[in-house]
Amino acid sequence: MQRYYMNISQIIGDVITVEADNVGNNELAQVVTGRGTSLAQVIRLDGKKVYLQVFAGSRGISTGDRVRFLGHPMQIATGEKLLGRIFNGSGKPLDNGPEFSENLVDIGGPPVNPVRRVIPDKMIRTGIPLIDVFNSLVESQKLPIFSIAGEPYNELLARIATQAEVDIIILGGMGLKYDDYLFFRDTLEEHGALSRSIVFMHTAADPVVECLLVPDISLAVAENFALEGKRVLVLLTDMSNFCDAQKEIAITMQQIPSNRGYPGDLYSMLAARYEKAVDFESAGSITILAVTTMPGDDVTHPIPDNTGYITEGQFYLKNGVIEPFGSLSRLKQLVNGKTRGDHRIIMDTMIQLFADYRETQEKQAMGFQMSAWDGKLLRYGRLFEERMMSLSVNIPLEKALDRGWEILKECFSPEETGISRSMIDEYWQKQL
Amino acid sequence: MTEQRKGRVTKISGNMVTVGFDSPVMQNEVAYILHAGERLKAEIIRVRGNLAEMQVYEATGGLRIGEEVEFTGELLSVELGPGMLGQIFDGLQNPLPEIAEQCGFFLKRGVYLNPLSEKERWDFTPVVTPGKSVCAGDKLGYVSEKIFRHYCMVPFSFQGHFEVQSIEGSGSFSVRDVVARLKDPEGKGHPVYLSQQWPVKIPIQAYAERLKPGEPLVTRMRLIDSLFPVARGGTYCIPGPFGAGKTVLQQLTSRHAEVDIVIIAACGERAGEIVETIKTFPAIQDPRTGRPLSDRTVIICNTSSMPVAARESSVYTAVTIAEYYRQMGLNVLLLADSTSRWAQAMREMSGRLEEIPGEEAFPAYLESRIASFYERAGAVRLYDGSTGSVTIGGAVSPAGGNFEEPVTQATLKVVGAFHGLSRSRSDARRYPAIDPLISWSKYDSFIDGKKVERGHALLRRGFDIAQMMKVVGEEGTSLPDYVDYLKAEFFDFVYLQQNAFDPVDEATPKERQIYVYDFIYGIMESEFTFEDKDTSLHFFQKMRQLFRGWNSTPWESPEFLESEKEIREFLAGRLVKG
Repeated sequence: MQRYYMNISQIIGDVITVEADNVGNNELAQVVTGRGTSLAQVIRLDGKKVYLQVFAGSRGISTGDRVRFLGHPMQIATGEKLLGRIFNGSGKPLDNGPEFSENLVDIGGPPVNPVRRVIPDKMIRTGIPLIDVFNSLVESQKLPIFSIAGEPYNELLARIATQAEVDIIILGGMGLKYDDYLFFRDTLEEHGALSRSIVFMHTAADPVVECLLVPDISLAVAENFALEGKRVLVLLTDMSNFCDAQKEIAITMQQIPSNRGYPGDLYSMLAARYEKAVDFESAGSITILAVTTMPGDDVTHPIPDNTGYITEGQFYLKNGVIEPFGSLSRLKQLVNGKTRGDHRIIMDTMIQLFADYRETQEKQAMGFQMSAWDGKLLRYGRLFEERMMSLSVNIPLEKALDRGWEILKECFSPEETGISRSMIDEYWQKQL
Repeated sequence: MTEQRKGRVTKISGNMVTVGFDSPVMQNEVAYILHAGERLKAEIIRVRGNLAEMQVYEATGGLRIGEEVEFTGELLSVELGPGMLGQIFDGLQNPLPEIAEQCGFFLKRGVYLNPLSEKERWDFTPVVTPGKSVCAGDKLGYVSEKIFRHYCMVPFSFQGHFEVQSIEGSGSFSVRDVVARLKDPEGKGHPVYLSQQWPVKIPIQAYAERLKPGEPLVTRMRLIDSLFPVARGGTYCIPGPFGAGKTVLQQLTSRHAEVDIVIIAACGERAGEIVETIKTFPAIQDPRTGRPLSDRTVIICNTSSMPVAARESSVYTAVTIAEYYRQMGLNVLLLADSTSRWAQAMREMSGRLEEIPGEEAFPAYLESRIASFYERAGAVRLYDGSTGSVTIGGAVSPAGGNFEEPVTQATLKVVGAFHGLSRSRSDARRYPAIDPLISWSKYDSFIDGKKVERGHALLRRGFDIAQMMKVVGEEGTSLPDYVDYLKAEFFDFVYLQQNAFDPVDEATPKERQIYVYDFIYGIMESEFTFEDKDTSLHFFQKMRQLFRGWNSTPWESPEFLESEKEIREFLAGRLVKG
């Protein structure tokens, strides 16, 4: 069916309309223009009219250009060969390597049957104490990193990519600055992590529509590896750009917006991607960490709000650190009972004391008198921030737990911590 | 057999497909789109001229203009019969475990299986004899399903009176077998099978009368039962921001609520949460029956990544199954998590139909749809004099945690109790995070009304004093005010809060609630002698510790009595006589 259609009747935004027969919904097409060939996807069919979303954008498309339908939906090559490679948002190589067309899979495949999921129970170590100790990342979890522009979220993501104990890392970049892209590429290379990574990179200079494909492509490739028994970590940055691109297309298609211009199905669109996180019975798993920048640090904005209802907790990155109080890993209880006997007690005690420290700080700021206990808390809080919270701290879980005891010992007597006698006997003295 | 009515696809936009037809079609009729060997289920939701707009219960990728559509002439229905308890269905009542067996990890598009096993055989015992006059909903016989007598009833769609012509004796039958034959006044015979069909969007009304919900539904959550009770046959909603513990609350309720059957409708929420229920319920023993919890549970599961249109139908599927078991004289609790996702599914469809939007783009009929859904709850007296009930508890996920949004507001208008979760309570780790200052209930508690009112008043007063203290500091607060504040905090900590990880504290039976509430009421009403604020603080801290210990001792055990004695002795030292 190598037929070209030449009657483009409408061009609005990045959506063009062409008259054609026998075209499937979501099918892929090629638009051949004077400036090159671009892929496009069918997003609506109305009688003879076919609405196409053009990946390279509609700029420069003439009403006399040719459209050819490929007869299949968007597909992506998968497999071991992709490791170490960098592609753009529609799967074309960015690194001068060869292009693949084997092992093609459709993107945006069907959902997993809930009865075939298993209750997650394996922890992913990252070497970041605020994650490992206080909000453990669990295999098959989906967690966003809520953050505002200017925070070091990409640095955090890159560190997790180089250190996380998983088989394969898939990094999906959406609307990144070119510097950020270079930063990711160089960091992965420096730490020798590129060989177990696959990068799909859409930069801010690329056409908006390509951004929409990045999560689906990344997750389709991830799913393929997971079914082969691999533990895959998918890192997405920044999902807010994905949502904004969805908004753009929805408005172009004249859909009625629901909240602040976002389409009514924002929740379902995000859920369809995040819910790809899964632990397959007797196969591998997919874990998703996704940066979501919150406009104006507003967690009630439609993007973080809808995300929060889908994901299993969130990391809240503020003032350059993972904020212990806004952050939550809902699945941590499934794993932190099986690491070391003192994991939970260190987690609970240190957070409780840190909350007290924050209160004391407020009191201090308001000019109230400081008691001896307040003094201890202030000292503790500073040590905690310096040796635990700082993103420069890079130690395995066991070392972090030991360090927790050290900090407690430096600041308090055993009774003051509220830790039970038996735990004190077992751990307090053992250290030093 | 009439001729198969057919149509052709003329437009595809997301999960909405428009079909041209030339024979009559029916609103809400089910149709199948035939695509490359697949049959995709769809429902007509609007008819204009000779075009029918349909919502498709599957992904629409690959569909083409001009593809054939078969109309079935039936409304979207469920099959009701033995074999539903313990089963896990999707929003269209497809059995998910069987689909997994056939299709593996993924939900393959266009695969529909029979909801009830055709192979399984049930031992039938008749309860009527030929010649008896019966009408829709009357019991003809029963089979044993798990621990219940599952009655085979005259199909609800039979109108008027019928005479039992013949009925099978005791024996073993499958759901497809005829167990009785009825004769209508004109003498025409009608077969009755062990299972029957019923359209999900129409309430089952084969009962004598609806009753006013009165009897409390004990959930064994102190905060709910004592202060914001739910009645059997009543409705309640749980709105709350994400992370406030809606789902945990619903899971606890599904485990401990004193009802016969629990229907869980996981509607557009995380798959992980329902997986926990699916995997743990078969292993948890129901303390009242000694059988696995899954034996009295039906799960309707349409998680957020499953097709949106089926999400819309899943709450109807759930409530229809609930009504069916109610017709047997059972008390059923339906937990829907979350109704906001259901409302969003309506919004998505409304948007595709290009209807004029209401607030936040929700359709104008949002309120009436929500109202008619909750109206399907109720306690009823059946024709044979027995009673049954459907209680509906709906979680609501308001955008931004803001209760002013349309779904929460529409829900509040029609429910009998409101359990509002607050972020500040969950941040302070005060669970359950139901905020006693904003919640309400129109039902009566089993605790004396006056004492309940006293509890509410104390909480309000405690809150006011706490607000004041933030401004004037502890030193600017008078000792009596400070003691009132401590009393309110004490009430909150030892009674309203409940530890879900403590095997005893997680569920408090009615008798214990009455007993302990009375005790605390005594403390609320007592006057104490304290020298200063520090001693009062220490006193209540100690009391709190003692009470928490008491809370985790089994009801009426020796430790319970001992603990109580200790508390009473400690208390006596501080009480002012009078």
